[in-house]
Amino acid sequence: MQEKLLEVRNLKKYFNTKKGLLHAVDDVNFYINRGETLGLVGESGCGKSTTGRVVLRLLEATGGEIIFEGSDILQYDKYQMREMRKQMQIVFQDPFASLNPRMSVSEIIAEPLVVNKVFSNRKEMQARVKELMETVGLAERLTQTYPHELDGGRRQRIGIARALALRPKFIVQDEPVSALDVSIQAQILNLMADLQKEFGLTYLFISHDLSVVKHVSDRIAVMYLGKIVELSDYKSMFKDPKHPYTQALLSAIPVPRIDIQRERVLLEGDVPSPINPPDGCRFYGRCRYRQDICKETTPELKNIGEDRFVACHFTNNLKAAVK
Amino acid sequence: MKDNNLLEIKDLTIHYITNDGTVRAVENMNLEIGKGETLGLVGETGAGKTTTALGIMQLVPDPPGKIVGGEIIFEGENLIGKSHAELRRIRGNKISMIFQDPMTSLNPVMTVGDQIAEVIKLHQKSNAKDALEKAKEMLTRVGIPAERSKEYPHQFSGGMRQRVVIAIALACNPTLLIADEPTTALDVTIQAQVLDLMKKLKDEYKTSMIMITHDLGIVAEVCDKVAIMYAGNVIEYTDKNRLFKDPKHPYTIGLFNSIPDIEEDEDRLKPIKGLMPDPTDLPSGCPFHPRCDKATAICAEKAPQNTEIEPGHFVKCLLFEA
Ligand SMILES: Nc1ncnc2c1ncn2[C@@H]1O[C@H](COP(=O)(O)OP(=O)(O)OP(=O)(O)O)[C@@H](O)[C@H]1O
Ligand SMILES: Nc1ncnc2c1ncn2[C@@H]1O[C@H](COP(=O)(O)OP(=O)(O)OP(=O)(O)O)[C@@H](O)[C@H]1O
Ligand code: SF4
Ligand SMILES: [Mg+2]
Ligand SMILES: [Mg+2]
Repeated sequence: MQEKLLEVRNLKKYFNTKKGLLHAVDDVNFYINRGETLGLVGESGCGKSTTGRVVLRLLEATGGEIIFEGSDILQYDKYQMREMRKQMQIVFQDPFASLNPRMSVSEIIAEPLVVNKVFSNRKEMQARVKELMETVGLAERLTQTYPHELDGGRRQRIGIARALALRPKFIVQDEPVSALDVSIQAQILNLMADLQKEFGLTYLFISHDLSVVKHVSDRIAVMYLGKIVELSDYKSMFKDPKHPYTQALLSAIPVPRIDIQRERVLLEGDVPSPINPPDGCRFYGRCRYRQDICKETTPELKNIGEDRFVACHFTNNLKAAVK
Repeated sequence: MKDNNLLEIKDLTIHYITNDGTVRAVENMNLEIGKGETLGLVGETGAGKTTTALGIMQLVPDPPGKIVGGEIIFEGENLIGKSHAELRRIRGNKISMIFQDPMTSLNPVMTVGDQIAEVIKLHQKSNAKDALEKAKEMLTRVGIPAERSKEYPHQFSGGMRQRVVIAIALACNPTLLIADEPTTALDVTIQAQVLDLMKKLKDEYKTSMIMITHDLGIVAEVCDKVAIMYAGNVIEYTDKNRLFKDPKHPYTIGLFNSIPDIEEDEDRLKPIKGLMPDPTDLPSGCPFHPRCDKATAICAEKAPQNTEIEPGHFVKCLLFEA
């Protein structure tokens, strides 16, 4: 029996904006088993990063529960949370923007160790930094260099080393390879897979690149406008996507092969505004199967068997929905 | 010049002379584009794709850029050495370009209708009223209702802005369209819309196109021929089918191995080892040799020549030199 490391229930994050309440994350539910990778995909602005940040309490949730190893961390006070943080880390997309330019590589990696007073002895700390650099494949000669002197791949390795410093159980990977060239991207993806195996890490892997997400994930959640519309193991999702949005999304991927012709579902229009969204299915305006009920009632994310979850009134029955 | 060719690039070499040294952005490039044909120009950051495009447009910033040598034969005439006036007539009229960042090519304080109309007026000697009519027609073509012609770029989503940029680029019915990563900033479903639109318009107008991209998926979808660039060199150049079925250059093979295969399960990716070289200090011999699995001692010494390994299939690699 697999054990849930993290479970998110009815998670909400709304932002107050001049134009109204922006529903960035709206009643999201998912869990991640220990040692697995949950991929979180969806288009720009659908709420992926906000979800990742709220789960780590880098942003305060508007509502919901975040159960980590059995307890709701939203109930934790500042001191409990400080301890908790050691278990939960994040790696960002833009390694350049997230690294302090005035700190050397070793200082950046050591920072969480210093802040959390992990070592009383300087030598021990240096040894740990050296070990971390080795773990992520950074040459020792780079210890005293600065982030701007390094290429994107190495900067991302620094970000990963820093995230590993406190021996976390869980890491949110927010577009960790999106800024990298494909040849470097592959190196970093392999590194993250090795680290996961070696340290038993659990990942929430955020990306808009579906080929990458499919490669790294055990299960995948598809988000649209603040909501999860489909969640299932990666194989079933790619073989037989159930939600009309997932179908369109997967069919839109340009596949670097000429021997396979895939049928494309072209979507009309653009993603609507997340500010004060109306009732009903968020995908209503772009869905080719829509019916009146879709406009009136918000579809729940329902278990349709075999641990697959879909939020659509016509799951398994899309053909019947065509007028 | 071959009959069906619209553009022939011969031995084109472009350098940037900087304080840190000389960047060999494009080295001895040879490419041909036929009428109505689409060439994919593929490579990672800094490979020289945008510089190639700027070279064809004769817009390489000088200084620091310098066209060191070669010819760019467009419709039978060498563009290098043409006067500013002649070039201005060709750009926009016959060759137009979609730049890497769509926002930089739109004027934020002018309505999109006026922006398209202006290009038409400039290049087709039509009056203001006709130009605006034509502009509205172009907008409809790219799937934007004509009545939105009075709106400003910020009122449009990213995908719509990119469609406006395409409308501007196609407004004068160019014979050659150069699109520099036209969909990189867009979400996949919007990218699919835009690519679909570009394909349709291209077929309708019989436009030739250079599609600059780092995405082999896009190449598979829209291109007829492909040139793969590494550190300023076209290291492999052939038709799409051959490139996908039987890639030859170790770098091309490495690129294919680096991308996760969406159709199959694979445990590990096979990345290309090492890092991009310093552009001002490229490795000796073959610039790819420090990262190449197949490299032998000679690869560090001798620069590979462009070799035609079978008719229409060019590879720059010592493994293929007799
Ligand atoms: N601090 C904030 N204040 C107001 N709105 C915000 C804030 N942060 C995010 N948003 C909005 O919340 C929504 C979700 O944003 P988020 O960054 O989570 O999206 P994302 O899925 O990560 O997108 P991307 O793929 O572009 O990174 C967007 O509409 C965004 O504009
Ligand atoms: N104005 C400039 N001055 C000096 N060097 C330049 C200039 N423009 C480009 N370069 C250099 O020339 C090389 C080729 O750059 P180019 O922009 O053509 O690459 P690219 O293939 O378009 O890359 P990308 O995928 O990042 O857009 C790079 O090393 C780049 O740093
Ligand atoms: S010339 Fe040598 S180093 Fe360059 S790609 Fe061919 S085998 Fe590799
Ligand atoms: Mg994000
Ligand atoms: Mg470029």
